[in-house]
Amino acid sequence: MKKQLLLVLFALVTFVTYAGGYRVSVQGQRAMAMGHTGVAVVNSAELVFFNPAGLVYLENKLNVSVGASGIFTDVIFQNEALGVSAETDNGVGTPLNVYGSYKVNDWLALGLGVYTPYGSGVTWPTDWAGSHLINNIDLSAIYIQPVIGIKLSEFFSIGGGPIFVSGSVNFNRNANRTTSDFEGNRSNITVDDSGVTNFGWSLSAMFNPSENFRIGFSYRSEIILEAEGGEATFANFPNSPGVPANGTTTFDAELPLPAELTVGISYEFCDKWLFAFDYNRQYWSVYESLDIQFGNGVEPSVNPRNYKNSSVYRFGLQYEATSKITLRAGYYRDETPVQSGFFAPETPRNDSDGYSGGFSYAITPKLGIDVSFFYLRFEEIDESYDFGTNATGGTESFGGTYKSSAFAPGLGLTYKL
Amino acid sequence: MKHTIKYLAILALGLVACEPEFDNPISDEGTYDSGSADFSNYVALGNSITAGYGGGGLYITGQENSYANILSQQFALAGGGEFTTPFVSDNTGGALLGGTQILENRLVLAFDEDGNPGPARYTGASPTTEIGNILAGPFNNMGVPGAKSFHLTAAAAGYGNIAGVASGLSNPYFVRIASSPTASVIEDAVSQNPTFFSLWIGNNDILGYATSGGIGVDQNEAGNFDPTTYGGNDITNNLVFAGAYEELVTKLTANGAKGVLLNLASVTSLPFFTTVPYDPLSPLDPNFGPQISTLNEVYAGLNQAFAFIGVPERSIVFSETAASAVVIKDESLTDITATLTTVLTPSFGPLAPILAAQFGQARQATAEDLLVLPSSSVIGQLNTDRFAELVGFGLSQEMAGQFSVEGVSLPLADQYVLIPSEQAAIESARASYNATIQSLAAANGLAFYDSASDLEQVANGGIEINGGIITSTFATGGAFTLDGVHPSPRAHAFTANQLLDAIQTTYGAKLPRVDPSDYGTITLSNEVN
Repeated sequence: MKKQLLLVLFALVTFVTYAGGYRVSVQGQRAMAMGHTGVAVVNSAELVFFNPAGLVYLENKLNVSVGASGIFTDVIFQNEALGVSAETDNGVGTPLNVYGSYKVNDWLALGLGVYTPYGSGVTWPTDWAGSHLINNIDLSAIYIQPVIGIKLSEFFSIGGGPIFVSGSVNFNRNANRTTSDFEGNRSNITVDDSGVTNFGWSLSAMFNPSENFRIGFSYRSEIILEAEGGEATFANFPNSPGVPANGTTTFDAELPLPAELTVGISYEFCDKWLFAFDYNRQYWSVYESLDIQFGNGVEPSVNPRNYKNSSVYRFGLQYEATSKITLRAGYYRDETPVQSGFFAPETPRNDSDGYSGGFSYAITPKLGIDVSFFYLRFEEIDESYDFGTNATGGTESFGGTYKSSAFAPGLGLTYKL
Repeated sequence: MKHTIKYLAILALGLVACEPEFDNPISDEGTYDSGSADFSNYVALGNSITAGYGGGGLYITGQENSYANILSQQFALAGGGEFTTPFVSDNTGGALLGGTQILENRLVLAFDEDGNPGPARYTGASPTTEIGNILAGPFNNMGVPGAKSFHLTAAAAGYGNIAGVASGLSNPYFVRIASSPTASVIEDAVSQNPTFFSLWIGNNDILGYATSGGIGVDQNEAGNFDPTTYGGNDITNNLVFAGAYEELVTKLTANGAKGVLLNLASVTSLPFFTTVPYDPLSPLDPNFGPQISTLNEVYAGLNQAFAFIGVPERSIVFSETAASAVVIKDESLTDITATLTTVLTPSFGPLAPILAAQFGQARQATAEDLLVLPSSSVIGQLNTDRFAELVGFGLSQEMAGQFSVEGVSLPLADQYVLIPSEQAAIESARASYNATIQSLAAANGLAFYDSASDLEQVANGGIEINGGIITSTFATGGAFTLDGVHPSPRAHAFTANQLLDAIQTTYGAKLPRVDPSDYGTITLSNEVN
């Protein structure tokens, strides 16, 4: 009982992950509760995402995991020199995941996953101090992935599968710091597109050197979402040939969903305990610039991003408290891909610490409820975006002090047969 | 069930706990500080600049962005109170009196069919600001467009009397906000018991004279100390200015209010006087180039006469290869019409007296002359009045046309040129005014901002801001609106920052600045006729 209490406390004071950029690392309730570790954890159908190679080591023939989280994010901004401040009013992000796996025979497992590993929803007050960089953004990408897991031996298996992505974006910002119509309403541009599709793949492997020790490896390929012929809306521009005309036109833009490499271990000890460690390497350097071409001949919008590759270190702990209750907790350190001077308020992320916790409750031997939550803590940071373009083509800077947080409770169901 | 409640409680707690908060939120007490000043009731006194007038009109977004309104927003973070502004009814810039438009709409930058930009009056909407619609004050922003120093004094009571607008005795902008038809600006300001004030007045005491090309009277030269006898285009006598300014400062500081004073910029810092070059006549201009040899032939005869009379320096020659100076009338030159008539008669016959009168005080402009902005729309154009006059004298249409081209064959009139002696009169008055302002600031322990030297820097190289530079270049420089005289919102923002510096230095305050690049410059619109 004392041990249980300790773990509950640990779960309460520890929190979880989200990741830098617009990566949303909430791809499984059980994993989430353990700091989003899982590349070497054989636990549930969540392996479809974390490591399809591990599916063949699941005990049951049929495994299903579904889950969703509500992500509450908040970003505050202030600039003491200018006496301005702002706070985002973001909608609730709802990453979801549906996984199923079926063990065809002793060496072959098939699976299917639907999950949302990338997304962003940031809404600043319209016309706030940084409105020339962003008023609001809503970005999402749904991954649909069939996978296969093949056991090569008791010690080693491989897995992977193709990924189909469908993405959407809605992004609004003011044309620059000053342009407005005759009455002073700020000129702004909205780009909107959905159903932007592309393909990618993942490949994974699992190595079990001993009964209670596993090593996992997983690689998910980079996928570039290419929006072509999306809708761009120009609004509140003054009636003048010197500026773009109001109305809609088309736009083209590319947004990379970077590749991710994960290696990790899990170790069972003292019968009921499991420790997991994952290392993620996210290949953000592909995100060099967000460039938007418009169909109406307006100068393309060029927004250097210059992200760097980044790492996340994840630690998770699981304890089977009773036959019905399993407790989990985790911690991770998430390094930002955003470099100094490129801190844009559309993805205001600096390095962060994630604390997570959760539990599973077996309603029946076949059906369990998974509860998770995480809290992502950011240090406040003085940063700026120094590569803005002003109305006359000059390079300008916008910055101040930012502080963010994210909190996400999640709920899932696990079914096994 | 108990478990559910427990976890819900934990979740709720978590939600509350995760709201981010800064270590030192700027909303905290003590982030900003008013020092020894008290911003609880700030009153801004001045002219069109203080009011936020620009582009030849007073309009809402201009008022919102006046340096005084920007200052009040920064003061608000250090104990500043509400700052009321007598907003006009729309953004057109124009105004009505009794339903009839008496003030023109403002200037916008419009593109013609060839894509060439130029200033034009906005015609997209009719003005709705009715001067006779007197507002219930008092107002913290007491900037009165057009006001000179002495217009603000107690002696100028009635400056806001609607009955005097038509005759020009009163000021329509003050009519809107005056507490009564017999009120004066200073009384209305002082009655608000300001705890802090800014005073930027005196620009119009020289600008009326300057923008009109010096057609008014220099009341320093005239030795006239009675402002009630002054015309709108006169230079205010230095002692009259000093008396008025001292009265204003004395009354504003009577209850111990702190404040900031601003000095006055040189006209050479304003694009109104620096945009049109003295030598705008290009041989590449298809309307001018082909005429050069003919013009020089005609002027050769005139130049011989100038030489004969002993004023060869008045010779007029247009270059075939380089830009040439315009021909101007310099009223400081000895009028040689009579002699010239005699000398020209043998070769020009009956045309001689007409030519002599036209060129009796003419010369080509030099780099020392300043052409005012409105000259750009007349140079090289046919002066139809003069053309009709010459036809009336019996000249052929062709001949009359040849001698009626502004700045080429017809010397530009006084109103288009500030000649060196006029500039000297302006500068002499300005130096005296500025000495008065600075000494009164020092004597009363007030903050002082030398806006003149900053504007000089803006005009000579520019001043860097976030993402660019502001200069006084007409239309594109960023510092001035399209009337070439009034600052842009961006220049207002820059001015506000400099004032905040001065206020911090004098009163030990700690105040936030603004980013001038957040403020606009000129207005684009093709809603013009």
